[in-house]
Amino acid sequence: MSRPSRVVTEATQAFTFSRRAFALGAMQGGMGLLLAGRMAWLAVAENEHYELMAESNRVNMTLVPPRRGWIVDRHGAPIANNRTDFRVDIIPDRLEDPTRVLGVLRDLLALPAEDMERIETDLKRSRGLQPVQVAENLPWERYAALSVRLPDLPGVVPARGFSRNYPMGAAVAHLTGYVGAASAEQYQETKDRLLITPGFKLGKDGLEKTLEVRLRGVPGEKRVEVTARGEPVRELATRPDRPGETVRLTIDAGLQEYAARRLGTNSGAAVVIDCLFGDILAMVSMPAYDPNSFSDGIGRLEWKMLSENDHIPLMNKVLQGLYPPGSTVKPMNALALLQAGVHPQETVHCSGAMRVGTGVFHCHKRGGHGATNMRRAVAQSCDIYFYEMARRFGYDMFAPVARSLGLGQTFDLPFPSQRYGTVPDSKWKLKKYGKPWTVADSLNASIGQGDVLANPLQLAVMAARLASGRALQPRLLLNGPAPTAPLLSATPEQMAIVRDSMFAVVNDGGTGGAARMQVPGVTIAGKTGSAQVRRITMAERRTGVLKNGQLPFKLRDHALFICFSSADNPRYAAGIVLEHNAHLIRNLDTPIIARDIFTYLYDKERAMKTLAEFEPTWGGDIATRMRAEAAAFQAANAAAQVAPAPATVDTPEAVGNAVDAAIANQAVPEGDVAQSNASRSPE
Amino acid sequence: MKRIKNSGTGLGLVPSALSQLPWRMLVLVLAIGGFGLVVLFSAAGGSINPWALRQGIRFLVFVAAAVVISRIRLSVWQQGALPAYAVIVVLLLLVELLGAVRGGSQRWLDVGIIRLQPSELMKPAIVLALARFYDLLPPSEIRRFGAIWPALALIGVPAALVMLQPDLGTALMITAGGLTVMFLAGLPLRLFIGGALAFVVIVPVAFNFLLHDYQRKRVLIFLDPESDPLGAGYHISQSKIAIGSGGIFGKGFLQGTQSHLDYLPEGHTDFVFATMAEEWGLIGGVLLILAFLLVIRWGVNVGVRSNSRFARLAAAGLATTIFFYVAINLMMVMGLAPVVGIPLPLVSYGGSAQMTVLLSLGILMSIDRGNRDQQCW
Repeated sequence: MSRPSRVVTEATQAFTFSRRAFALGAMQGGMGLLLAGRMAWLAVAENEHYELMAESNRVNMTLVPPRRGWIVDRHGAPIANNRTDFRVDIIPDRLEDPTRVLGVLRDLLALPAEDMERIETDLKRSRGLQPVQVAENLPWERYAALSVRLPDLPGVVPARGFSRNYPMGAAVAHLTGYVGAASAEQYQETKDRLLITPGFKLGKDGLEKTLEVRLRGVPGEKRVEVTARGEPVRELATRPDRPGETVRLTIDAGLQEYAARRLGTNSGAAVVIDCLFGDILAMVSMPAYDPNSFSDGIGRLEWKMLSENDHIPLMNKVLQGLYPPGSTVKPMNALALLQAGVHPQETVHCSGAMRVGTGVFHCHKRGGHGATNMRRAVAQSCDIYFYEMARRFGYDMFAPVARSLGLGQTFDLPFPSQRYGTVPDSKWKLKKYGKPWTVADSLNASIGQGDVLANPLQLAVMAARLASGRALQPRLLLNGPAPTAPLLSATPEQMAIVRDSMFAVVNDGGTGGAARMQVPGVTIAGKTGSAQVRRITMAERRTGVLKNGQLPFKLRDHALFICFSSADNPRYAAGIVLEHNAHLIRNLDTPIIARDIFTYLYDKERAMKTLAEFEPTWGGDIATRMRAEAAAFQAANAAAQVAPAPATVDTPEAVGNAVDAAIANQAVPEGDVAQSNASRSPE
Repeated sequence: MKRIKNSGTGLGLVPSALSQLPWRMLVLVLAIGGFGLVVLFSAAGGSINPWALRQGIRFLVFVAAAVVISRIRLSVWQQGALPAYAVIVVLLLLVELLGAVRGGSQRWLDVGIIRLQPSELMKPAIVLALARFYDLLPPSEIRRFGAIWPALALIGVPAALVMLQPDLGTALMITAGGLTVMFLAGLPLRLFIGGALAFVVIVPVAFNFLLHDYQRKRVLIFLDPESDPLGAGYHISQSKIAIGSGGIFGKGFLQGTQSHLDYLPEGHTDFVFATMAEEWGLIGGVLLILAFLLVIRWGVNVGVRSNSRFARLAAAGLATTIFFYVAINLMMVMGLAPVVGIPLPLVSYGGSAQMTVLLSLGILMSIDRGNRDQQCW
């Protein structure tokens, strides 16, 4: 082959052929070796890797959402627990022919139009494997009927799980918050597969949100052999879930529910604190939503109803409602005066009005109280006494005492947000408005108006600190005995004088006589308060001030009350705020509500009897009233429905927004705050 | 000349027609086919339906046909090689025309009873045609240009037609089979070396301009199958998982998860080797490869033993065609070559490749018989 001139004959060709055939054979043998080697590499050297991949192909691991830890009260009674639940979800990625599948689901599960609308919107918004809930809490028969049809419903996933249950419903709504499916953003952040497991819910508000880590638990695992098309072949192994921790609260569930019911039709909040350890026994904000239905994801109509209600059921008023505390600050101010050296018997003459500079300040009693000492000033809620003292000392002397009693601060409690409120002083005003403090500012602040703002929890803490003489810290989680709180700077004698003046409010001809206790051997000491939310003009004063009952709801006075019992040996303290209550109906006013809530602590039967008398006049218990309200709203809405609103509401974000809006709209815009019992008038 | 044992008259208990058969090779082929049926039985989830039974019947029919073909005289093949080639080219053109008329690509002709796939027949036909061409060429011409261009034309026409279908795998096999005969015919070695170099240059060009999008994608994915594990790389990934997870001894008969849970696509056709390897492991794979190599070696040896130039080239060429089937399929299944759609002969479900391979074996047996007869006469 190397020499071109070589002669090629038959023989040389045969020779060339056998050489080349040999080469070909060798090449084929080499290829055989190569293939065998490659196969050995795959099957021996890489065997472990590929075995793992085959296994992960074959085995589909599904997470079993852990049972959420219970929230129980101080005696172990459930506030939030779990119940068995049959549910159905859709995995959007696996769904084929959505129209047909949805149609079948609607017929099988008898889904109302509103639910169908929600499902369709959710499906449009959802991505990939994140499940879209079809229905929860299904009765067994429907669940079974659906399970039979599963083979021709690809993407539909039925599951038996647990759902959150709040036995007391709305009464604990703002305490516990609620749970809900994780949002797409939450999943994007953590990439935790549990978050997109059908049936898994996490805390969205309140304790459910702040205690999420303790309540969640560890998910179980179910290993199922599946085909390439995702059809399960058989179950391989199951690891059970580990339920979340049980969290014990300081709350007394019975008292909590009683207080919620006893607030009746009011829009308000009540907080009861144990005076020994600062344990919060009840923490109620009413009206409220039903956390059970919230956790299922609420409908558009229910959402609309809740967000339009002027009683603001979506806001936790205990922590987020700020109100001028009004006359409830008077015992606190009396303590400040004692510490400043004022003798309790020193009198101020109250003529019903007082001129300071260019303004005239009125007492709530037109004719005046005459000669008034400290005890009488608190008992009768004389404004002029405190105006005169504030004029004499300046409010900067009162402010530190207000802070030491719990105003203007937040507490170490497991809630996503608390509002601070305001204890004004000259430094604060200069910083906020750039203006110097005036005598008029001191006078307004001295009766809990003007710039002073507090939330109901702070009022309850103030009552508890006055009652105990200690700087009690409120606590909600029951974990061992609380450390003994340090004493306040006031002397026991000074505290006794203040407590005696509060005793007089209820038991010695004071403004809170309605709160007098009917349980023998127990007395209540307290202080009433009214906070005006509108300015009374001079013109109106001349023609006669409008009665509260004549005003629209939003312009009526707030009613407030702080109290403790028993007066001689305080054990329980409470703060109650009723928005725009205006003291119109006696059994819905603060003193009697306070009396009944305390009665529950000493004599349950008597308290329940009283409630049983009152409740029917308000239209039944909480659940009954909420149902009636929903039905009425639905009827009104159906009648008014011209054009249907577009879409459902995304619960968690929207709640936040609605609450913010509610806070912004709260009827206490600064500057526009009218002075309660007195009103300034330019002359 | 003195050996009478194998003469056509037949003296023993067994008729000479049977005793003359190359039984060692036939046993290997029957073993491979039988093993294939076992694998198809498992691939169907432990059932002779829908694959094992039909494949088994077809296999027996084709083996019988191969034995019958082995009785045909060598001269028939020699004379018929070029006319047969011409007929198949015409059929290929027909397929192309029908495809153009009906729209879309087509690979077979419906001839009533069976669907005839001319491109499949072209694989042995090109070998026979080229063997005949070099048989006719005087030995002195072998170093001339005249020894090259007709051969290239003979290869190029059907290869181009098949490429148009488009069927890259078959076109490659036709070309490879043709080139093998040219190599064996004794063309200067430098042509092949130069050709290989030119191939290296042409491949990128062909890749960009000649290949269809889906073919290009297959090649790209072959180079990096994990880039698209759920899309087009799925075949290769799952096949490697099946082979790799089988280990040395396999997961056991009917225990393969990749095939039984449908992760392995085409587990009964092109990727049947992966189905087998998952259950029978490295042992099964190596034995199967060895069996194929022995059959192919027998074929090459038939050529080496032959005295006529046509017989030599045809035998070694046909054996190598079978080799290409096996090698390309296994390389593809093990992730060494792109997915080109070449079945594993005698094992993969499907009649076309089975027919081609057993037809080739039949011709090889016929050549083998001719060799012995020559020895006798």
